[in-house]
Amino acid sequence: MKLGLLRLRQLPPRPQKLDLIFMEVPPVISIQGVVHRYGKTLALNSVNLDIPAGKMVGLIGPDGVGKSTLLGLIAGAKRMQEGRIDVLGGDIADANHRRIVCPRIAYMPQGLGKNLYLELSVRDNIDFMARLFGLSRSERLAKIDELLQATGLGPFPQRPAGKLSGGMKQKVGLCGALVHEPDLLILDEPTTGVDPLSRQQFWTLIDDIRRDLPSMSVLISTAYMDEAQRWDWIVAMDDGQVLSTGTPAELMAKTGTADLERCFIKLLPDEKQQGHQELTIPPRTSNAEIAIDAKGLTRRFGDFVAVDRVTLSIERGEIFGFLGSNGCGKSTTMKMLTGLLPATEGTATIFGSSVEAGSLEVRKNLGYMTQAFSLYGELTVRENLILDARLYHIPPGKAKARIDELVDKFGLLILDEPTSGVDPIARDSFWELLIDLSRNQGVTIFVTTHFMNEGMRCDRISLMHAGRVLACDAPQKLVSDRGAPNLEEAFIGYMEDAIAETKTQSAPKPNSEASTAKDPHPTSEPVGMPGKKGSHGSSPWLGAKRMLAYAANEANQIIRDPVRLAFAFIGSSLMMLVFGYGITTDIENIRFAVLDYDQSPQSRAYVQQFAAAVPYFEMKAPVTSPDEALDRLKSDDVSLVLEIPPGFGRDLKRDRRPEVLAQVDAAMTFRGETVAQYVQGIHNRMLNEAATVMSSRSSRYVAEIEDRYMYNPTFESLYSIVPSVPALLLVLIPAILMAVSIVREKELGSMINFYVTPTRKMEYLLGKQLPYILISMVNYFILCAMALFVFGVEMKGSFLALTACTLLYVTATTGIGMAVSTFTSSQVAAVFITAIVTMLPTIQFSGLLQPVSTLTGNAKVVGTLWPTTYYMHSSVGAYTKGLSPFLMLQDMLFLAVSIPVLWAIAWLGLRKQEV
Amino acid sequence: MNSLINIYWLGVKELKSLLSDVVMVLFLIYAFTAAIYVQSTGTSSEVNNASIAFVDEDDSGLSQELINAFFPPRFQAPELISAQDIDVAMDRGQYMFVVSIPPRFELDLRAAKKPQIQLNIDATAMQQAGIGANYIKNILNDRISNFMSRQDKTNEQPIQLVVRKMFNPNGTSSWFTSVVAIINQISLLTVVLTGAAVIREREHGTLEHLLVMPLNAFEIALAKVWSNGLVILLATTLSLYAVVYQALQVPIAGSVPLWLFGVVLYLFFATALGIFLGTISRSMAQFALLIILVIVVLQLLSGGNTPVESQPDWLQYFTYLLPSRHFVSFSQIIIYRGGGLSAVWQHFLVVASVGIGFFAYSLQLFRKSIAVTK
Repeated sequence: MKLGLLRLRQLPPRPQKLDLIFMEVPPVISIQGVVHRYGKTLALNSVNLDIPAGKMVGLIGPDGVGKSTLLGLIAGAKRMQEGRIDVLGGDIADANHRRIVCPRIAYMPQGLGKNLYLELSVRDNIDFMARLFGLSRSERLAKIDELLQATGLGPFPQRPAGKLSGGMKQKVGLCGALVHEPDLLILDEPTTGVDPLSRQQFWTLIDDIRRDLPSMSVLISTAYMDEAQRWDWIVAMDDGQVLSTGTPAELMAKTGTADLERCFIKLLPDEKQQGHQELTIPPRTSNAEIAIDAKGLTRRFGDFVAVDRVTLSIERGEIFGFLGSNGCGKSTTMKMLTGLLPATEGTATIFGSSVEAGSLEVRKNLGYMTQAFSLYGELTVRENLILDARLYHIPPGKAKARIDELVDKFGLLILDEPTSGVDPIARDSFWELLIDLSRNQGVTIFVTTHFMNEGMRCDRISLMHAGRVLACDAPQKLVSDRGAPNLEEAFIGYMEDAIAETKTQSAPKPNSEASTAKDPHPTSEPVGMPGKKGSHGSSPWLGAKRMLAYAANEANQIIRDPVRLAFAFIGSSLMMLVFGYGITTDIENIRFAVLDYDQSPQSRAYVQQFAAAVPYFEMKAPVTSPDEALDRLKSDDVSLVLEIPPGFGRDLKRDRRPEVLAQVDAAMTFRGETVAQYVQGIHNRMLNEAATVMSSRSSRYVAEIEDRYMYNPTFESLYSIVPSVPALLLVLIPAILMAVSIVREKELGSMINFYVTPTRKMEYLLGKQLPYILISMVNYFILCAMALFVFGVEMKGSFLALTACTLLYVTATTGIGMAVSTFTSSQVAAVFITAIVTMLPTIQFSGLLQPVSTLTGNAKVVGTLWPTTYYMHSSVGAYTKGLSPFLMLQDMLFLAVSIPVLWAIAWLGLRKQEV
Repeated sequence: MNSLINIYWLGVKELKSLLSDVVMVLFLIYAFTAAIYVQSTGTSSEVNNASIAFVDEDDSGLSQELINAFFPPRFQAPELISAQDIDVAMDRGQYMFVVSIPPRFELDLRAAKKPQIQLNIDATAMQQAGIGANYIKNILNDRISNFMSRQDKTNEQPIQLVVRKMFNPNGTSSWFTSVVAIINQISLLTVVLTGAAVIREREHGTLEHLLVMPLNAFEIALAKVWSNGLVILLATTLSLYAVVYQALQVPIAGSVPLWLFGVVLYLFFATALGIFLGTISRSMAQFALLIILVIVVLQLLSGGNTPVESQPDWLQYFTYLLPSRHFVSFSQIIIYRGGGLSAVWQHFLVVASVGIGFFAYSLQLFRKSIAVTK
């Protein structure tokens, strides 16, 4: 495929004869009785439709009528609930058919760059898609260059997708969709939020592609009715049902309207049209009072100039429109006007008082409605409710009362894209409200929009692009000044001028987006390379390539995400330090005091035995009364009070077996227990040793008990904690990272790439897992180095055997993350659930604190099944016991068995389609 | 005054949006009931069901008596193994303890030759090895002296030692672990709730909504502090009463209001930490990863899991600044030891001053982040 260079002007209408040819072809998509529900909401209500092949078919209707659901079903990305859809000659609900046809379908989901990886570069994104479709290296290189040139993305293949403008993101998405030369191209609202010039370029691009691939069917949805005007065939949808189908001309003729927007309104059922009338805007009487006055407003973020010298003056009661694409600086300007964001340069005043970030005076005078109008209740900004009331068809009477309230409070309304995604009737009624506010209540309205026809309703508009106001005047005047047929054309004209201006200032770029066509009729080469279509087959080699594509993609993403990278490496080192020093069961420096009622040489000798037991005991000032003893125990001043009774020495001599009382603080049970045992131990030792003052009458018949602390002769907890911490960290961190990486795709939308490409579940899972196994192994080596150099704990057993065991272990632990990811849908839930799921059995039941051999009941079952138990045994064994590789083999065997089990769980839980 | 009203209403809004988050509410309920119950009854620091084996080369009446001295629930029924099996069995982690009784043990004992019993301990089982070994030694000593005093009345210890475990006479570990579990949940959930509240606002664009209204950063932050703090305080109170006091039957020695006052001080710090983490992280996912790191440090070094006194000195200086450490300390003092304000005021002071300092810092950061909100 060779694409012609872009041309700016619109193409002539497609020749009519094509229509005749394709009438004979069977429909590319045939939809029968399709119903789709989200919970109780009915998204599609028995849709029946045949879509002709080889045409540019438009799906029109406002947001929420089921367009996206229908496209998702057709693309095979969503699971069918009811009905049947045949796509390219087979039932799309059939997994086998999907696998065969998915290389012939390209699907670009709604949302700017939704299926792109925003950290990755333009080229990496397209390359990734190409690899999933099994294109060879040379094919990919050639194809990507070609597509980049054709779309005008040539100059910045290395720029991260997240840093592109909306229009450019859509072009990258389109490149990714076209890289495998599909027969059916499905585009879901590709131009929503894109500036008019990019929009026009986008359609030109599509036209070029269609010229080169005449057999390709294109199915597009849009909320901009005017775009659909030039398409071959239109499906108008509302409330999950098809209103009407036909060519735009047919539909307009049927309803007797001149444009599709009016036509759509006429197509709506009568009850919806009720009360709707053509919007009329009464003329405005000029008002001398200035509501907003901005002079040279500029905002820079680092080097980036978001808003460049914007100067505005808006009168009271005026409806002022702000037109521009996403990311052109509209919202930033509004934030500066509302004092949300301090301006880098320039000044703004509202009703004469200066706007400074934090100035509460000004804020009391304005109402602000953000783009994402998620709301909290009646207690905050009331106008949101009124607007909502209108948008959601609450009777105007009810809304009226609140409007009065609003007007009392706000002299100025600032609305940031209030009507995106709203159907035309609601939009009109919303505008009625705005007009009423402006004309009858004298409220100044400042509104941003990307609907050109809304722009026409404003008293004055300013056209904004790349941070600059291109023109500012009454819309009709702007159109007539440029001699353009409509506002959109006028806007494009202004944008071209601006681009030309910057180009003459800087060196001209040969591949600039706006370069004009050299060759309006490119010499089309035969479409598609022979045999390429077969490359989606099921050869294991191709599967491995797709898996590696996913692995490379994942690795690329992590490298570009500093937080995850830091968590992976710094996190484990930090935790190793905290655990190594923080978890210790060594009980030392037990503070104790003595309440000695006797004060005899014997009592002092008894006490001396404790005082000499350094570092276990540490003597504090003596206690003089039982009350003081209790107080000091309570305030944690001492943990042990020895009470020696009066006459202790005398009784000892007379063999009356005096009684010493040791009061131990057992508030912290483990510590209390240990202290009690120490006291008993010192007491016993003292009596058994013949030479002490106490042992005037030592018992003769005693056995000596020699304790041998195996594996850790000094019985310092460091030696057993340090080897068990890696077991803990190598489950927690890999599992969390793994779970997040999969759930992230679900949450951000790039999961679609998995749904609509030939990638199999196992390829996806392994590809995702591979980088994390690698990260975990690097972590393991870091932890080993820390154990040796920071904590001075040497490994007695075989390092090689433990490394092999670790490899199996981290494969299993990343598998746990995969298993968790299949039933979580948000990244936050993934992190916490994985943390809870892994930490509990790891800390409690895997032998970290309590040997598995001492567990009972369910705890024992969990402990026996949990992989950490086995790795813990090997790791602690290798460090302290010098465990032979043979004994580790059992652990490895278990770990090896657990891996396929975890894969199976993840495989079963992973869906190849969206539910 | 106006400011107070704003803070009040914003807080009410915060509560409402929390209540509408069903998953969070369920998680909250779980965390303060079932999770605490499970955590405090699940493990114990006492020796429980310990695996023990004997190598009996004496095979006398006394050695039999010694073996029979070990029985469930503290120990598993002892197994008899041969001397050459000791090392392999211990390498495999089959037994924690192996007691080896030498040949002619009873005869040597009667001859006052002080025969030697060898006690092999798997020292890698940190928490139980030390305590268990002492148990075993005491049991063995007891039995031996008991056995011998049947033949010779003079074989009694010249001094009797009575050990009284204060504040928890039976050493029931759930007394301690339940309160530590509450403390851990307080830290975790307060930080999660507050931080998530900050991020949620930013992600949904409602933060900007607030910012154009006549409000300042201090009011917004303080509203989050009081509302989330209140939720946690209520959950804590209920949990202390229903789970700790009723279900686990832990007696509360000191004044509950005093403890709750301490909790309030701690909550101030924890909410400030939540705001801090919510401000510095760019997305929920980053926030979640950060929390894991911070909470682990906060909990492990607090002294709730292993004693602070056992930490190296340099670490203790650092942990002195951790409010969670003081929280654990004053909780122990009030709840178990029944200490009053005079015993805890120092802890309260540290928690409060660290909390205020941190709040001031977070607030400044929060304010700055608002200024650069895109």
